[in-house]
Amino acid sequence: MALSTVLETPGAGFNFENATRNAALEGLFGGGQTPKPLKTGTTIAGVVFKDGVVLGADTRATSSEVVADKMCAKIHYISPNIYCCGAGTAADTEKTTDLLSSNLSIFSLNSGRNPRVVMAVNILQDMLYRYHGQIGANLILGGVDCTGNHLYTVGPYGDINKVPYLAMGSGDLAALGILEDGFKHNLELEEAKELVRASIHAGIMSDLGSGNNTDICVITKQGVDYIRPYQESEYKDKRNIKYRYRPGTTPVLTEKVVTLKLEVVQEAVQKMDTA
Amino acid sequence: FVSEMLSAQGFGGPGKMKEYHYAGAVENRFSPYAFNGGTVLAVAGEDFAIVASDTRLSEGYSIHSRDSPKCYKLTDTTVIGCSGFHGDCLTLTKIIDARLKMYKHSNNKTMTSGAIAAMLSTILYSRRFFPYYVYNIIGGLDEEGKGAVYSFDPVGSYQRDTYKAGGSASAMLQPLLDNQIGFKNMEGVQHLPLTQEKAVQLVKDVFISAAERDVYTGDALRVCVITKDGINEQTIPLRKD
Repeated sequence: MALSTVLETPGAGFNFENATRNAALEGLFGGGQTPKPLKTGTTIAGVVFKDGVVLGADTRATSSEVVADKMCAKIHYISPNIYCCGAGTAADTEKTTDLLSSNLSIFSLNSGRNPRVVMAVNILQDMLYRYHGQIGANLILGGVDCTGNHLYTVGPYGDINKVPYLAMGSGDLAALGILEDGFKHNLELEEAKELVRASIHAGIMSDLGSGNNTDICVITKQGVDYIRPYQESEYKDKRNIKYRYRPGTTPVLTEKVVTLKLEVVQEAVQKMDTA
Repeated sequence: FVSEMLSAQGFGGPGKMKEYHYAGAVENRFSPYAFNGGTVLAVAGEDFAIVASDTRLSEGYSIHSRDSPKCYKLTDTTVIGCSGFHGDCLTLTKIIDARLKMYKHSNNKTMTSGAIAAMLSTILYSRRFFPYYVYNIIGGLDEEGKGAVYSFDPVGSYQRDTYKAGGSASAMLQPLLDNQIGFKNMEGVQHLPLTQEKAVQLVKDVFISAAERDVYTGDALRVCVITKDGINEQTIPLRKD
């Protein structure tokens, strides 16, 4: 039986038609700017521990200096044993991980096997390299398969690194400081969770692009524990005054009522069994 | 049999590769300005004025300081809030302080809020072609003891207002103030005069909202309440993330 097209690379090789079109479009907005893609401005981290992998992420999505989403999910599902944290352009990380997830489930159904982390990484690398950095996705891929516990990072140009611990995003230096200090091989589950939580917290406090809550995803041979949020932000927005507006505060300038003339064409009654 | 070398540039052959532009010498211009973030706000009441600012000093995505208030006391009845480029804020306030001293020694009286505003306008315009990158808002009491707010642009254009927000989150605060203090976009609401307590609570709430959605605003809020009895300062914590 022919394998589905999932693992075939498109025949055209480098396909940059849209990149030149986008550059041409830049000039057409009459002095204004092309819509800026939403960047997540993030802190994401991952740690390999004794029984599996722990991934962590903050939950703030920024659109230049404004917080667009206070509770966005940056840990994406790839397969039952592989999850991926994404930093960079929000749409790119979403779509790339979705595409990868669909392709891997087709593969699983075809071959009857759980996908391995190396497969996911290679498919991502192929795709991102083909687009030569135009897809702004910085990903941390973590998972557990039959060969062990793995943590990889994939950059937007298609470079990969296999590492025991890592942080990415705009808050990566703050998070990496905590990871460098606290990481040891073969950590226990609770220690690993605390290390990842502390590193994301450092990113949240030191980096303006990261903030709000912390999400954690623990992947082991037994299964996945996706804790969202793992740690809620300690800052609650409680206001002093209640801001309420009576009905009628917004002035109604004009009102137009159009009655819909309806005819009963057919009536059928069906009794529900509510016993 | 002659074969021609096809150059990479402008080759519209089978691969249809478009022109590849080599950038050549790249010049990195030095910019004399930096944006250090921060938001200021001033409200004028019947017999009081409030000047409030957050205390976060940032650059890019990093925080330089969590305790750098942007309100500066000028006289017993005037406070100025400056946000924008911190270097220019510091120099400008030093210049204003010096000019206040000179005026006091020449005229044997303290400058009034209106006079300080007029003077600041000339100081800013004197640097019309290399501006102070500062958004100023002066809050204080006028000669009659009523609250006064003067808002400026970086080159000295100013006007007297009842309330004004400036700085990075100004676009988020100003509409809320327009609604709650100016009663704009509302009908059938009683126009009660603004009391000092309600004004202070409103300022605190408005900054909590700004800290939620603006990354450059946060850490703490410094509120200066100016009345005929003097200037009262309070510091309230805001979100630090």
